[in-house]
Amino acid sequence: MRSAFRFLRIRSGAIGLAVVVFVVVVALFGRYVAPHDPNVPVGTPLSGPSSAAHLGTDFLGRDVLSRLLYGGRSVIGLAAAATVLAYAIGLAIGLIAGYSRSKVDPILMRTVDVMLAFPPLLFLLVLITGAGSGVGVLIIGVAAIQAPSISRIVRTATLEVTVRGYVEAAVARGERAAAVVVREVLPNILAPVLVDAGLRFTYSILIIASVNYLGLGLQPPASDWALLISENREYIALNVWAVLAPAAMIALLTIGVNLMGDAIARSLGRSYVPRTTRSVPA
Amino acid sequence: MSGDGGGPVVRVEGLCLELTSGDPVVQDVSFAVGAGEILGLVGESGSGKTTTALALLGYTRPGVVLRGGSVEVGGEAIMGSGARAVRSLRGRVVSYVPQDPGGALNPSLRVGDAIMDVLRAHRSDAASHDSVHTALERVELGADPRFGRRFPHQLSGGQQQRVTIAMACVCGPPVAVLDEPTTGLDVLTQDRILTELLRLRSEEGMAMVYVSHDLAVVARMADRIAVMYAGRVVEHGPVDEVIGRPRHPYTRALVGAIPDVRRPRALRGIPGVAVGVGEWPPGCSFAPRCAFAQERCQAAVPALEETSARHAVRCVRRDELELSEPGSGGARAAAPAGAGRPLLEVSGLEVEYRSGRGRNVAVRDVSFAIEAGRCVALVGESGSGKTTIGRCIAGLHVPTAGRIVFDGQELDGSARDRALDQRRRIQIVFQNPFESLNPRHRVGASIERPLRILRRLSRADAAGEVSTLLERVRLPARVADRYPVELSGGERQRVAIARALAAKPDLLVCDEVTSALDVSVQAAVLELLAELQRDLHLSMLFITHNLGVVACVSDSVLVMDRGSLCESGAVQDVLSTPSDDYTRRLLGAAPCLPDRAVG
Amino acid sequence: MTAVAEPRRATREASPVVAFLVRRLIGALLALFVASVLIFVGTAVLPGDAASVVLGRGATPQAVHTLDERMHLDRPLLEQYTSWLGGFVHGDLGDSSVGLAQGQKHAPVWDLISNQVKNSVILALVTALFMIPLSLGLGALAAVYAGRAVDHAVSIGSLAAIALPEFVIGSLLVGVFFVWLDVLPPVALIPPGDNPLSHPEKLVLPVATLLLASLAAGIRMVRAGMVEVLQTEYVQTARLNGLAERWVLWRYAMRNALAPSVQVLAQNLQWLIGGIIITENVFAYPGIGTTLVTAVGNRDLTLVQSVAMMIAVVYVFLNLLADLIVMLLVPKLREPA
Repeated sequence: MRSAFRFLRIRSGAIGLAVVVFVVVVALFGRYVAPHDPNVPVGTPLSGPSSAAHLGTDFLGRDVLSRLLYGGRSVIGLAAAATVLAYAIGLAIGLIAGYSRSKVDPILMRTVDVMLAFPPLLFLLVLITGAGSGVGVLIIGVAAIQAPSISRIVRTATLEVTVRGYVEAAVARGERAAAVVVREVLPNILAPVLVDAGLRFTYSILIIASVNYLGLGLQPPASDWALLISENREYIALNVWAVLAPAAMIALLTIGVNLMGDAIARSLGRSYVPRTTRSVPA
Repeated sequence: MSGDGGGPVVRVEGLCLELTSGDPVVQDVSFAVGAGEILGLVGESGSGKTTTALALLGYTRPGVVLRGGSVEVGGEAIMGSGARAVRSLRGRVVSYVPQDPGGALNPSLRVGDAIMDVLRAHRSDAASHDSVHTALERVELGADPRFGRRFPHQLSGGQQQRVTIAMACVCGPPVAVLDEPTTGLDVLTQDRILTELLRLRSEEGMAMVYVSHDLAVVARMADRIAVMYAGRVVEHGPVDEVIGRPRHPYTRALVGAIPDVRRPRALRGIPGVAVGVGEWPPGCSFAPRCAFAQERCQAAVPALEETSARHAVRCVRRDELELSEPGSGGARAAAPAGAGRPLLEVSGLEVEYRSGRGRNVAVRDVSFAIEAGRCVALVGESGSGKTTIGRCIAGLHVPTAGRIVFDGQELDGSARDRALDQRRRIQIVFQNPFESLNPRHRVGASIERPLRILRRLSRADAAGEVSTLLERVRLPARVADRYPVELSGGERQRVAIARALAAKPDLLVCDEVTSALDVSVQAAVLELLAELQRDLHLSMLFITHNLGVVACVSDSVLVMDRGSLCESGAVQDVLSTPSDDYTRRLLGAAPCLPDRAVG
Repeated sequence: MTAVAEPRRATREASPVVAFLVRRLIGALLALFVASVLIFVGTAVLPGDAASVVLGRGATPQAVHTLDERMHLDRPLLEQYTSWLGGFVHGDLGDSSVGLAQGQKHAPVWDLISNQVKNSVILALVTALFMIPLSLGLGALAAVYAGRAVDHAVSIGSLAAIALPEFVIGSLLVGVFFVWLDVLPPVALIPPGDNPLSHPEKLVLPVATLLLASLAAGIRMVRAGMVEVLQTEYVQTARLNGLAERWVLWRYAMRNALAPSVQVLAQNLQWLIGGIIITENVFAYPGIGTTLVTAVGNRDLTLVQSVAMMIAVVYVFLNLLADLIVMLLVPKLREPA
């Protein structure tokens, strides 16, 4: 795992990490330094920055800065939970399909193909129509959207690794399938599978934020960054900060995650060059 | 042989190429090729032969820059010239035949159009379907008038290579650079292509620079040969002289490492590991591995100097050393005849694959036996089923029909279902050294696994055993703490062998274990295997496509042709008087070294 | 290792393509079938009682019962499903649940959304018109000049754009072009029945938002595909044979990078569907997206079902089209396996 932190040597990766850490810190601990209660009006609605409200007030007169400091946990928490769940499901399905290769594989992959043929946001909206806007629905829904494509990638990587000599040596030793998968296969597929982890996490954030923005996820008066944007959008001319500040936070988060993810992909890509036989030009 | 039309068609003087970091890749390389002459450029991994050859086309791969020296083709400088000049020379004065023809052809372009592209790039007036057809005829692909309409994926490997050769000849360049053009081909196909190339040379008078690691092939093709080691030419001269009476210790060792069907003998490897870029030792780069090295060898880089007409050597001891053929120890000592029943008996083995289109029979009714302590070679071209048989024996593939009996007991098709003892006593070593070790585990852990699982050793006992095993395969004990990525191909293969030996097997299945290795490394590994087989009284099933190796390593041989066993018997018998036609063709096509000059 | 192949006769060349089409059509129909089940399950099965979901919490049992009848919810599930699907296939999209709840006898879905469908299609087409050539062009440009200033600029720009959700991009654009510069309207309210193209200034920001969001992904992937092709051996060999660089770029690189690019672009167009839903909401554009979101908010089950099904059909169709184009572009795929 020492190679995990190699991406920091790439400058964009280090910048990305710094930005993400900043945003996460604000999201997790912002509420402890917020000057006001985020749900209580503190002044005239839509007034500009003042000493009482450094970023002005929103359309109900609440302090934008406080709402900003409270508003990060929801998106990050939900997105993280959904992404982790997606990887867990995707790894399980992909490993089984790729390793067993016999009867289970085609069934699993047909199912995955069909799931992939459905527009993701639409799926989420349909789910919400039926099951409501709860936190659970969001997490499971986003995980269900991401898991199929993760399982595809896991399966491809597993197929590639399973034919290698060291896996066959383990099979020839008569080791149990579970032991072979965990010891020999899993550590060697992590690189290609996690290559786009950054993008996936970003996507989770984007889709959850979008659903929140549409008013179909978290409901007012929750202080969620996306909700803040949608609530105050009509009044953007009166207090630009009510929209700009949360937009900036979301932007920083996703750009930071993307930079990190890109750097990770590049550093993994370099060390992950599959070695061929001696046909390397001398 | 070399018609002189006034000046050599290729002249390289003092070529020096290095990485942007400053490490030299090719240094002080000079040679000339006359009109119609074939120069063989020989070396192993890291020798710089491909880099040098590509420099003849004015190409350096990204990260490599020209440091000094010049390259002239057809009298014009090509290295370091402007892009337009270089492009004009490529294809028209100096052309290129790649190693992997399948990957070198544009998959979305019909082959006729691809050939036309080359014509059009240099002589737009001559670009016509007739010229394309003529070009195809020249490489014996003219029989079907619509051949040019095919796509590359519709051709066989041999046909693809002929197309690339046609592309290289179509503008009638005076010299062609061929980068290991037959390495990926079957022995029979290789033989045909080599014949083609020789014919082209005699008919068109085209000179060639033929890059290869295979001395036997070069011996057949080339008039002159230049041997490269660690970026420098260490010897060059007429091919018969250089191979028959090598003056440089490396050349001599290389010749001694080449398996030859006509002259089976124990092969000798070269101790040590090949030097990579950036690791060149001071002085003579071969000195650390040389059996004749003295202190002055490491003082300074020896100069390349002529010893006789057109034969030059880079060695300070060239006048002192009288290099005889490396001690060959004669033919393999025949193993004692086995008593009682054979260790392994295979009867009526059948392996069938079902795909969407129907059945494909990979192995058809194969039966043979292996006695204790004997080495049996299983020979065939790709697709002959030899690897499948090996995998069935190791329990990696369940046969469709037939029996495998080991030491009197019938084996289950799948390793999972076999008894612990059966799994332990049969071990397999794979072909690709870069994929046979788990890159996430240290070497010691990989070797330890069978010790713990198949021999139930405790952790403490296992650690000691690992060191013993590493010693057995002639690797230093500290290798146990390294990761595979830090080892060379040959070292990794030794680790794979150590891992197999860890189980204390009675039968070792070697599946093309040296096919992916350099010649000298292959010889070293074969040497090791021969020694292990003797000392441990191991039985071996040695799977290979290389008949030369068979001669040096095994007691009896089985020849496979498209799934069926077509001949079997003692090595001397089969190789000297083959009874099957296919075996005869294989023997005829196997490249071999020229007979030594007497004296 | 491959056997020598007979040259394919022209007449037989049609059949692998046809066979492929048939196979994919069946796959597409299967996917649509599963989609319809998903949609039906999601909307009608999941909520315990659909009628009370539509009416909300304060509904009287009497009102729930009436709506149950109107929405045919008293019939067995399977019958509801088949009658819905059957109606859909024939063009009858059912009656809006909300409309029924409000006491209307008929509230045909199609009447409610026909305008919106037209508007969304126009928005999508205008965006696609710009997106396709720009993706291909900029992606190829970045690949050819990989590592240099142009590439870096494109890379960083696309990395940023990819990271931002459409509503952030849209809001930022509104902030710049309306609040600050005051040259473009902040919303795209097209009067019902009007052709959106007759109000071009209202289309600018929505299209720009969609473009910024989708171009980024498209450019990156086209670039990646092109870079991969530029590193192949056949491109290298072509150069070593002395072919002119521009020739090599077009005939050897671009030609083989086109197929994977088509797949990428198709993916992007599919993704555009999600983007349209959000962007329409950001700008209050009267299209399918706003309708859908309002319907979801109102829990208008029938409306959601029919709109979702329509979108699924477009999605699957785009997939099919892309596969077909790829097949025509790559000669190897036209051989029977």
